[in-house]
Amino acid sequence: MTRFSWQRWLGIMIKEFTQLRRDRLTFGMIVGIPVVQLMLFGFAINSDPKHMPTAVVMAEPGPFARDYLAAMQNSGYFDIAGSVDERQAERLLDMGEVQFVVTFPPGFQRDLLRGPPPVLLVQADATDPMALGGAISVLNHLGREVFAADLPGRSVPATPAVELRIQKRYNPEGITAYNVVPGLLGVILTMTMVLMTGLAMTRERERGTFENLLATPATAFEVMTGKIVPYILIGLLQVTLILLAARWVFGVPMLGSLVLLYGVVLLFICANLVLGITFSSLARNQLQAMQMTFFFFLPSMLLSGFMFPFRGMPAWAQDVGSLLPLTHFLILVRGILLKGNAITLLWPHVWPIVLFMLAVLAVGVKTFRKTLD
Amino acid sequence: MSEEDLVIDVRGLNKHFGDKHVVRDLALQVRRGEIFGFLGPNGSGKTTSIRMLCGLLTPDSGAGQCLGLDVLQDSSAIKRQVGYMTQRFSLWEDLTIRENLDFVGRMFGMADRRQAVDNTLRELGLLERQQQLAGTLSGGWKQRLALASCLLHRPRLLLLDEPTAGVDPKARRDFWEEIHRLSAAGITVLVSTHYMDEAERCHRLAYIADGELLASGTASEVVAAQQLFTWRITGPLLQGLAERLGQLPGVELVASFGTALHVSGQDSTLLQHSLSQALAGSELAMQQLEPSLEDAFIHLMHYRRRQPGATP
Repeated sequence: MTRFSWQRWLGIMIKEFTQLRRDRLTFGMIVGIPVVQLMLFGFAINSDPKHMPTAVVMAEPGPFARDYLAAMQNSGYFDIAGSVDERQAERLLDMGEVQFVVTFPPGFQRDLLRGPPPVLLVQADATDPMALGGAISVLNHLGREVFAADLPGRSVPATPAVELRIQKRYNPEGITAYNVVPGLLGVILTMTMVLMTGLAMTRERERGTFENLLATPATAFEVMTGKIVPYILIGLLQVTLILLAARWVFGVPMLGSLVLLYGVVLLFICANLVLGITFSSLARNQLQAMQMTFFFFLPSMLLSGFMFPFRGMPAWAQDVGSLLPLTHFLILVRGILLKGNAITLLWPHVWPIVLFMLAVLAVGVKTFRKTLD
Repeated sequence: MSEEDLVIDVRGLNKHFGDKHVVRDLALQVRRGEIFGFLGPNGSGKTTSIRMLCGLLTPDSGAGQCLGLDVLQDSSAIKRQVGYMTQRFSLWEDLTIRENLDFVGRMFGMADRRQAVDNTLRELGLLERQQQLAGTLSGGWKQRLALASCLLHRPRLLLLDEPTAGVDPKARRDFWEEIHRLSAAGITVLVSTHYMDEAERCHRLAYIADGELLASGTASEVVAAQQLFTWRITGPLLQGLAERLGQLPGVELVASFGTALHVSGQDSTLLQHSLSQALAGSELAMQQLEPSLEDAFIHLMHYRRRQPGATP
């Protein structure tokens, strides 16, 4: 075994940097991926959607109905698109043009003033049930409040049987970005780090330059770690970009220690890079490396608690999820940013990442082919 | 010949890729300072043999030394003293000439890297292009850069795998002048090639087909060993004649040239008899020739094809 040489190691690192600098597309992706994903997901993923298009079927227009519609509009959850007849309303709903249809029954005003409480029919497009929760609870609320001033002595139509009281901790306004943006930190790092390094070695193999590298005395360890370091710095750059956006664009609170956060991030980056470089030495070409990356990336997205609540998954899925570094990283980052957790609370989620990294590194060094056999 | 004068001395090297026996019982001796030509058709095992010599592939069996080091045990020590030029350009196309050499220098842990890179750039006339990206170079310049990169760490042995493939005649000539200069400076060169003129520029040759060494020695020794007799036939209307002559007893191979045919065989009397009969009464003339290296190699190739696996 040849002894580790700093000069060779440095050489590999400098070469990677130079090549990276020349590869405009890759470099653009390094900056572009976090920015675009952050903008897309940060703004696009929202489990408490507002401004949902709403159509109204009104038998007899009157001041009370107008008041009610105005209140709906003001709640922010509904964009009243206009009045239509029943058949049109049905069609709009079918086509997904509107999320809600609100039907005011004939004699709405008369019944409201003196009669049995009128029935307000709300038809909702429930294909995405998560989207409805907020809006429906607002409707319940409106029913009690809107006419309180106009009809002092009267109970109000569509009064809900139970009173809802929801308390949201850490994120009292239910701003989804607080949850999504820290999660994106992990997702973006997983994707770019694994993919970039996954391609790093297969690229050499595909272009034939690997043969030249093997003809030199460089060792497997030197090549692998030398190739990793530039990407660590890139990962830290990405994290800084995301955190700046989290703070200044999305207003995510940062209660915990930034130093601790960067420490956790560094560990997570290393785990992903080691995985990437191992994929790279297993794969025969860049396409295979890409496929391996996505094979790993998909469960990371779905089972880590990024996409869906971790506690909502069945036990076996939670077990699989617990193997993935992203699962633990998400808990760590949300803990640090939103709850201000200190390291003592975080430790149970640090060691699984370390373990993952060591296991993968062992596979990587073992499978690194020092010859062309 | 004493042991110390052999830079490469291997015996019984074997290599399989799956079911395919790519190199069979290869024995090779290369002397210090000589230019040794390694010839054979495509897929004959030349590249595999070279890769085994420089430690890129592990032989399945066999033994031997390269620069006094064991080919099976000391491959990393061998790598330090060998300059290996791959068949396909394998330097980094997105690095400049200088960056490529700098990188290789670092990989070999050279203390005087900057100096060595400067010298190599100057010696191979690359100084003016040192900032050019390797990917933008033409074939001839790429080859020159590849040679520069394997000379940088001052190896004692050069292994060149078809270094002149796809290079124009002028660049090829310059390249061979460079090889002879290196050889004169005491560097041993093993070079694989398809070109006969290049084979004739080597001090000694080996011919390999289907993984098996079929002939070795100087060019004239290799030719003589085939015990071949060649006649040159000239005259009008040579078209179609080659096929007819090929059927005659004693004729082993016919090679067409623009204005002549070369007809060869190992049985001199039979060959001469067949030819004089066939040409009798025609305007064609025949004249005996010294068989060329090319005739010898084509004969070797045919011999091989007719008797597959003649030797284990």
